[in-house]
Amino acid sequence: MAFKNSIAWYYFSSPKSFYPLAGRLIPWFWSLSIILLVVGLYMSFFVAPTDYKQGESYRIMFIHVPAAWMSMLIYLVMAGYAIIGMAWKLRMAEMMASALAPTGAMFTFLALWTGAFWGKPTWGTYWVWDARLTSELILLFLYIGYISLQSAIDDPRRAARASALLAIVGVINLPVIYWSVTWWNTLHQGASVSPTMEPKMASIMLTAMMIMTFAFWMYTIAVVLMRVRRIVLERESQTSWVKALVGEQVENSPAGEKQ
Amino acid sequence: MSEFFAMGGRGFYVWMSYGITALFMVVEVIALTRSKKTVLKRLARMVKAEARGHS
Repeated sequence: MAFKNSIAWYYFSSPKSFYPLAGRLIPWFWSLSIILLVVGLYMSFFVAPTDYKQGESYRIMFIHVPAAWMSMLIYLVMAGYAIIGMAWKLRMAEMMASALAPTGAMFTFLALWTGAFWGKPTWGTYWVWDARLTSELILLFLYIGYISLQSAIDDPRRAARASALLAIVGVINLPVIYWSVTWWNTLHQGASVSPTMEPKMASIMLTAMMIMTFAFWMYTIAVVLMRVRRIVLERESQTSWVKALVGEQVENSPAGEKQ
Repeated sequence: MSEFFAMGGRGFYVWMSYGITALFMVVEVIALTRSKKTVLKRLARMVKAEARGHS
C-alpha cells in the first residue's frame, strides 16, 4: 500500500499528470464549497440567535474567524510546499506554493477588513495597533512581499527559490499571530475556540462557524487548483504536452475561445 | 424583510463585511477564468506561429 501510494505521489508530482487531475477535482470542490456556503450562511443568519451582549454585529464572526483561520492555514501550506519545492526541486510544489499566495493574501485582507467592521460597533474603533491586529497586518505584507518577489524575478526557478526562502522565514509570524492574545494584553478578545479548552460559545454558533470555515476551505482548494493549472500552462508552455493540449483546443474552436 | 437588512441597527457593519467578502471571492474567480483564457490564447498563437514556421 505504501509503495503504491508513493508511486501515485511521484506520478502526480509531474505537471503533465497533475494538470488533468486538478481539472477533474475542481468541480467537486466547487460543489462542496457552494453547498457548505448555502448551509453556513443560512445558519449564520437564521438559525444562530442574536448575541445577548453584541446584538447582531457578532454575525460578522461567521466570516471573520474562518477568513483569519484560512489566512494562517494557507500560509502554513504555502510554506510547506515551498520547503518541498526547495528540498526535492519539485516544480509542481513550487507552482502550488505560488498558486496559494494570492488567495492567502485575499483572506488576510478580508480578516482585517471584517475585523475592522466588527471592531467599530464593538470597541468603538476600526483599527488599533494591538498585537493580534498588527501581526495579522504583517502576514498581509508577507504575502504581498512573496508575490512581488516572484513577479520581480524573470527566471521561474530562481523566483521560486528566493520567494520560498521568504515564505519559510515568515512562518515565525504564525505562532505570533496565534498566541498574540495570550502573550500580550490585547483589545482583541482571546481565543473563543481552542483545541485545549471547551469552546466559549453556544454550540449552534460554533457549528455555523465551522461550516463556514469548511466552505472557505473548499473554495480555497477549488480556486488554487484553477490557478495552479494556469501557472502550469505558463511555466510548461515549451513542453510537447502543453503544445499538444493547446493545439487540440485551437482545432476545436477557431477563435481559441474555448477553455 | 427590511428588519433583516437593518440587523438591529448594525446593518452597515454586517453588510460591509459580508458584501466585500462576497465581492472579493466572486472577483477572484472571474479574474482567474479570464486570465486562463488569456494564457490559452497566447499559447495558441505561439503554437500556430511555430506550425507556420515549420511548414
